[in-house]
Amino acid sequence: MMTLKTFIGGINPRNNKEMAKTTPIEIVLPGKELVYPLAGKYGTPAKAIVKVGDKVFAGQKIGRADGFFSVPVHASVSGIVRGIKKRAIFTGEQVKSIIIENDGLYDEIDYPSPIPLAEMANPDIINRIQDAGIIGMSGSGHPTHIKLSPQNPDKISHIIINGAECEPYITNDHHLMLSEPDRLIGGLKVLLKLFPYARGVIAIADDKTDCIDLLREKTVKEARISIKILKNKYPQGSGRQLISAVTGRFTSTAITAEAVGVILLNIDTVINIQRTVLTNKNLTSRIVTVAGNAIKGPRSFCVRLGTSYDTLIEAAGGYIKKPEQIISGGPMMGNALKETDIPVTKLSTAILLLTKDEVLKSNQTACINCLKCVSVCPERLLPQQLAVFAKHDDKASFIKHAGKECLECGCCSYICPAKLDLTEAIKSMKLPLMS
Amino acid sequence: MNGKTKASPHLRSKINTSGIMLVVILALMPATGFGIYNFGLNVLYLILVTVGTAVVTEYVTGLILKRAVTIDDYSAVVTGLLLALSLPPDTPLWLGAVGGMFAIVIVKMLFGGLGQNIMNPAMAARSFLFISFTPLLNYRNPALEGESPSLLDMLVKNTSGVIGETSMLAIILGAAFLIILGVIDLKIPGAYIISFFAFIVMFTGSFSPDYLASYLTGSLVFAAFFIATDYVTRPISARNQILYGILLGFLTAQFSLRGYGFEGIAFAVIIGNLIVPLLNKMGTGTRND
Repeated sequence: MMTLKTFIGGINPRNNKEMAKTTPIEIVLPGKELVYPLAGKYGTPAKAIVKVGDKVFAGQKIGRADGFFSVPVHASVSGIVRGIKKRAIFTGEQVKSIIIENDGLYDEIDYPSPIPLAEMANPDIINRIQDAGIIGMSGSGHPTHIKLSPQNPDKISHIIINGAECEPYITNDHHLMLSEPDRLIGGLKVLLKLFPYARGVIAIADDKTDCIDLLREKTVKEARISIKILKNKYPQGSGRQLISAVTGRFTSTAITAEAVGVILLNIDTVINIQRTVLTNKNLTSRIVTVAGNAIKGPRSFCVRLGTSYDTLIEAAGGYIKKPEQIISGGPMMGNALKETDIPVTKLSTAILLLTKDEVLKSNQTACINCLKCVSVCPERLLPQQLAVFAKHDDKASFIKHAGKECLECGCCSYICPAKLDLTEAIKSMKLPLMS
Repeated sequence: MNGKTKASPHLRSKINTSGIMLVVILALMPATGFGIYNFGLNVLYLILVTVGTAVVTEYVTGLILKRAVTIDDYSAVVTGLLLALSLPPDTPLWLGAVGGMFAIVIVKMLFGGLGQNIMNPAMAARSFLFISFTPLLNYRNPALEGESPSLLDMLVKNTSGVIGETSMLAIILGAAFLIILGVIDLKIPGAYIISFFAFIVMFTGSFSPDYLASYLTGSLVFAAFFIATDYVTRPISARNQILYGILLGFLTAQFSLRGYGFEGIAFAVIIGNLIVPLLNKMGTGTRND
């Protein structure tokens, strides 16, 4: 056994992945109404190119990319456009969205027949990826075509595929590595064509031994692809921690992955790259984990984008206990939801329905300077100090103490014996400073 | 579902403040037990008085200052226990009560309560009693009267005349427990003890093992593992913790060479405590590396 790659700090929360791991991915059909927000997490919102009353097909572009820093939006079902208006998304924000009434036929557009990879020029591949609407599927939401357009492609030495999946409960990548290994490797080969001097590294956490074994076997003859085993720890899947574990290179807010020759992509993103480049299909669905002790049948679903969260909750058998907290995304970095009639977007990695016992809410006490937050911080920051600076609105000290390097990973709040909301306090000062 | 949403993370660990305090209390049990065994039941009464006074004082002060009552975090128990363990066995009970009140009212609550004190309450109270009531504090060690300490004595019933500092073995047992559970680490105690001996060698020019061993007292080890590691009064970054250990080593060496025994250590810790805010402001304290 080779040594495990990892980083200093971090936590080992109860990972609760057994729930959704044991059942295979299940396809779930959407309800009557599908909602497609035009804005993602990053970049310029797409522009609607359909109008109310239009008939659309699954895979059809309904919002066009508004420039390079934008991704288009596609319908995931066939039906009729019923409205273009503001709708709530998982962040609680109201976002301009296209609303489509599902006709239940799921008629697809005729995709043009794909060009063999060897005949495709690199810029065409990157255009195709943008045109298919691919973004970081881990919940990061970075438009993939931007990541794939570094200043100097020849300087890229590593394409790292993130198979850490360190957020508790979530099992999407685990399922995908097992069910789509060939697409994953195929997608990586597309990337290796784009970056001729890079080697491909699939980095997998050591709790996913089945994935490690399978992908090792599948890549044994691939000279440019290797498998790296990571220690299962949170936040091992965080970009900086993963890059440092695999390459030993240091990244920060000032030093990007690209600057150290690394492109880091999520498992699902690479599978989508394969699908879109080799079959020409647009991104119209994703994998979503539905888990937590409040739900009857936790599992990972393959679902069309725009489907309501309520449809997934129902498909998982509904509630068996009262949920204390409903979360979109992982329990460490996800968003708490006020309502569940919101659409699945490309950022919807999971829906977690957690009971009181799972969230372990308890009363706050005074900070006793135990420094557990300091010892778990993967960025070696001093969270309790940063939280004090944030409370006193002391921007100068916050910046001097490298507060802008905070990953918002949540380790400090998780470990705090005084139950202080350190991450929240640090975020409140960091976010205005970053924009 | 209620109307307000919470910020991430949505999971919390099971550790809480009172749990940590209970672990510290458990870690002090070997030293406490040995103190009672060695010096008799009057030591148990003294411990009950200091702990009882500390807890009751915190409760009453909390009510008077209109603060949330926090005695259920057991921090006052730790303070009372540390104070008792750092007093001579025949300390009058009323003096223990005075110390317990001083630690809580003056050192802890007036500075803002748990987490806000700038000095270690037990050490400040110990020094206050020493300065104000010197004739009542008798540091002889009845267990060792007239004997010259052997290695076994060093480990089991050292020359210290203070309740909790007589058995180095008991202290190390408790310290090992804290280290294994991750409550403390070796940075401060290690830097403290190593630098103490380095400074003794530097100041006296003597390398004689017998001479140096005479400085390896239960008081030093107790202070290094249970006092210098006090959460509230220690620096934050790793580098500053090592600097702090070295500073304590220097101060303790100076006090020792000037003839102060047990009290020199308390003074060193208090001076060190007061320098901690300065250390935290230095460039070595902006990040934990």
